[in-house]
Amino acid sequence: MLIKLTGGTVYDPASGIDGQVQTLYVQDGRFVKQPAADVKIDKEYDLKDKVVMSGAIDMHTHIGGGKGNIARMLIPEDHRKDPVYRSDITRSGCGHAMPSTFATGYRYAEMGYTAGFEPAVLPVNARQAHMEMGDIPILDKGGYVLMGSDDYLLRMLTAKKDQKAINDYVAWTMNAAKAIGVKVVNPGGINAFKFNQRKLDLDENNIHYGVSPREILQVLATAVKELGVKHPLHVHGCNLGVPGNVNTTLDTIQGIGGLPMHLTHIQFHSYGTEGDLKFSSGGEAIAEAINKNKNITTDVGQILFGQTITASGDSMRQHANHGFANPNKWVCMDIECDAGCGVVPFKYRDQNFVNALQWAIGLEIFLLVDDPWRVFLTTDHPNGAPFTTYPHLIRLLMDKSFRNDMLATIHPEAQKMTTLASIDREYSLQEIAILTRAGAAKLIGLDDRGSLGEGAWADITVYTDNADREKMFEKPDYVFKDGELVVVDGKIVHTKWGTTHIVRPDWDISVEQDLQKYFDRFMTMKVGNFKISDDEITEDGRGSLTTHTLNSIS
Amino acid sequence: MIEITEVPSPFCGIGTDDLTVQIDGLTVKVSANGCTVNTPAFEQTITDTSACVDGKKVSLDVAVAQAAELLRGSNQPVIGGCATDVNGMRGVMALADKSGAVVDNINFTAARRNFLALQDTGWMNTTLAEIKNRCDLLLIVGVDLEGFAPRFFERYLWNKESMFLDDTSQRNVVYLGKAPSGDVSTSPAGVKAKVLECAETDLPEVMAVLRALVKSKKIVAESVCGITLSDLQIVADQLKAAKYSVVTWAAGALDYDQAELTVQMLSEMVKDINTMNTRCSGFPLGGKEGDQTANQVCGWTSAYPARARFSSGFPEYDPFLYDSNAMLANGEADVLVWVQAFNSASVPPITELPTIVVARSGMTFAKQPAVFIPVGTPGIDHAGHAYRLDNVVAIRLKKLRDSGLPSTADVLNAIERAL
Repeated sequence: MLIKLTGGTVYDPASGIDGQVQTLYVQDGRFVKQPAADVKIDKEYDLKDKVVMSGAIDMHTHIGGGKGNIARMLIPEDHRKDPVYRSDITRSGCGHAMPSTFATGYRYAEMGYTAGFEPAVLPVNARQAHMEMGDIPILDKGGYVLMGSDDYLLRMLTAKKDQKAINDYVAWTMNAAKAIGVKVVNPGGINAFKFNQRKLDLDENNIHYGVSPREILQVLATAVKELGVKHPLHVHGCNLGVPGNVNTTLDTIQGIGGLPMHLTHIQFHSYGTEGDLKFSSGGEAIAEAINKNKNITTDVGQILFGQTITASGDSMRQHANHGFANPNKWVCMDIECDAGCGVVPFKYRDQNFVNALQWAIGLEIFLLVDDPWRVFLTTDHPNGAPFTTYPHLIRLLMDKSFRNDMLATIHPEAQKMTTLASIDREYSLQEIAILTRAGAAKLIGLDDRGSLGEGAWADITVYTDNADREKMFEKPDYVFKDGELVVVDGKIVHTKWGTTHIVRPDWDISVEQDLQKYFDRFMTMKVGNFKISDDEITEDGRGSLTTHTLNSIS
Repeated sequence: MIEITEVPSPFCGIGTDDLTVQIDGLTVKVSANGCTVNTPAFEQTITDTSACVDGKKVSLDVAVAQAAELLRGSNQPVIGGCATDVNGMRGVMALADKSGAVVDNINFTAARRNFLALQDTGWMNTTLAEIKNRCDLLLIVGVDLEGFAPRFFERYLWNKESMFLDDTSQRNVVYLGKAPSGDVSTSPAGVKAKVLECAETDLPEVMAVLRALVKSKKIVAESVCGITLSDLQIVADQLKAAKYSVVTWAAGALDYDQAELTVQMLSEMVKDINTMNTRCSGFPLGGKEGDQTANQVCGWTSAYPARARFSSGFPEYDPFLYDSNAMLANGEADVLVWVQAFNSASVPPITELPTIVVARSGMTFAKQPAVFIPVGTPGIDHAGHAYRLDNVVAIRLKKLRDSGLPSTADVLNAIERAL
């Protein structure tokens, strides 16, 4: 099947195309060169005056894994308002803050997204993460495996194992969990909470292991780099949500010593303690540090006002924040000497000073980080807001007058504490394409995605240009996934199954001998039963694995 | 004969995965690490392999077509049982969506006691490996734990080594309510578990007093439901003094009205203790016959636990209205689908309605169902996944023999396609 997409205005930062009128050709799911004149075109789409981008990629969204399902179970009242009816081609579902898997896939696709990455795959819960993502239609998916509070790693650090041994363990875990990246959440903090520690600063030791978050970040960031994994260590730092944590975050940036590091939902880590209410914006300082340190990338974790639910691996901080639960119910779990989780419903309110300032801090960071290749558009779904708010967020970034209108409605004290009104920047379409497509694909290390160039997979979103960017981005004219038309006028017309993106870094086989002993002595399953095999992803006939290249290791 | 080691079990709920089985043709023998729950479940022989319509043997295709025909003519089918693996449950969900059925897991009325507490106030829970390595005090409320899971103590409490306890035999075990049926809770050092017995229906009162004592509230009475206050005070003090206590219960064993309030009282007590400068976690027991699996899969595909209705074209959850037994009794259903891949003794409820049974080979019926399709058992006849009781670990079930029986998913997907 040869498809011709004629005369659209193309934004393809991966190929250096910025708003040029081009015609694209797709065959067997990928972009191809313009065929010879006598080759029959099977289907042509006239895209004159339309905006063409590749399919959007959400590089940090909680779409698979146990804490998300706990979140679903916890708030049935939030689902009831938001049913998704079944159709001849789509399954039913529901859920506003934490929708069911089928609804998740449809809603993402209907906004022009074609991939989403679960950032907190617990190794012991990785099967569930993949099974849930296996029931998300249309989207490609993948996960970052969560390490840093697992007792095995902390024992290694206490025993002063060398970096090579750590690299082997990290590589083994990535393979066992079928991951494409490595995430660390409150480094060592989830573990420390099990020993009744209630906070853990960057240089504070876990009382049992005598290991600090700084050391954990250092060895894991080094491992990721030395293994050649393209996605830098994905870091949810210490002290999430704590006023004054801007200093922790700045210290974390300095302390990593130039290693590649991705700081996720950085809005939650950019708080000062100034002002009468002892809560202030650290947005400017954070953006300045990111601008200076080219090894750092970030996604924002923007909050938007309304009901949502927070689901995090950070059991320590979630427990500390349970008093804010709205409605007043919450779950914390310690999990398998591996990690933990906390699930706390939240209602962000524009007339609450803290929430209002959180909103402004996120936008400050978006607008003050200069390099669009190093900042990514997220709400940390569902923690800052459900992913369905992205078109609204894009409008806030692209439309200064709209942004200032919104700013004028929030808590007056928060308005005084932000420089947002003085920031003139408006994101361009090309910059949005970088944040949500080309940059995300590059950051995750996806070969042949996030681009409209020849040879890339044909994930395509076509919009009608509209000065109201929220309207424009919430309803694409067409979405193609792997060259198949899946959405027309913002509605699903066809469904298919995406692939699961992974990497397979090498490890020394001997690492498994120690792991086997450890599992037999302390764990509750055999190490052989712990590892996820390829057929677990593919045996249902819908799933597939796509293995991406690694950086060459010097 | 071949021997297979490290076999995981979907039957006991605690995810034992160290069984050794010997396979001789279709015969399975558990040769190591069996127990009274797992061994018979693995060793049960295959009897019928042929599908039946009205008790007469037919081909699978004919049975599938007949099942689809019944569902096509139904205004409100119910799918009960829902005892199968992850792919089987995916099949249940797809079929329910297309046929507008109610999905109702076999253990939901028991699990409802937990869900009502969870959905009202939440909880703080833990998992098996944390218990194995950290738990220094186990409070067992209203359940005979060794009867529930014969190998629980051996695997998770009296394990020789733990990462954070110098001597696992020094762990404290306290029973509240029900006394243990045997003595596996006695520590390797010979210390017997402390037992504070009361009637099951007195547990709400006893738990309320225990929580009050934990919170240092003044109690005037000298005893509560036959337990002296001083004994309860000791338990309260132990809970506060322990570094990592665990409070466990089985929703199914709390078989009295409004038992969800006991679950809530207990879970709120656990939360209280975590504000008293120490750690404590809850640990709900369950995980049998695929109940966690059903709730997990229903959870991610519909956003609700496994008692949901699809006849409006979207999922609706009601933990009382969509009780399949109540629906059958009230004439609110017109076709019953019974899915039970683990236990052939777990027969469908007696009803005059046309019944489609997709169940483990060997199920026998007082009255032949309209359609019976024997299926393979997950973890014996085909590979699959099942959730352990702690809801975090999905175990990878192995295929042990080649029986040729279809899986639950095969059958339900075929019916769905035929609709």
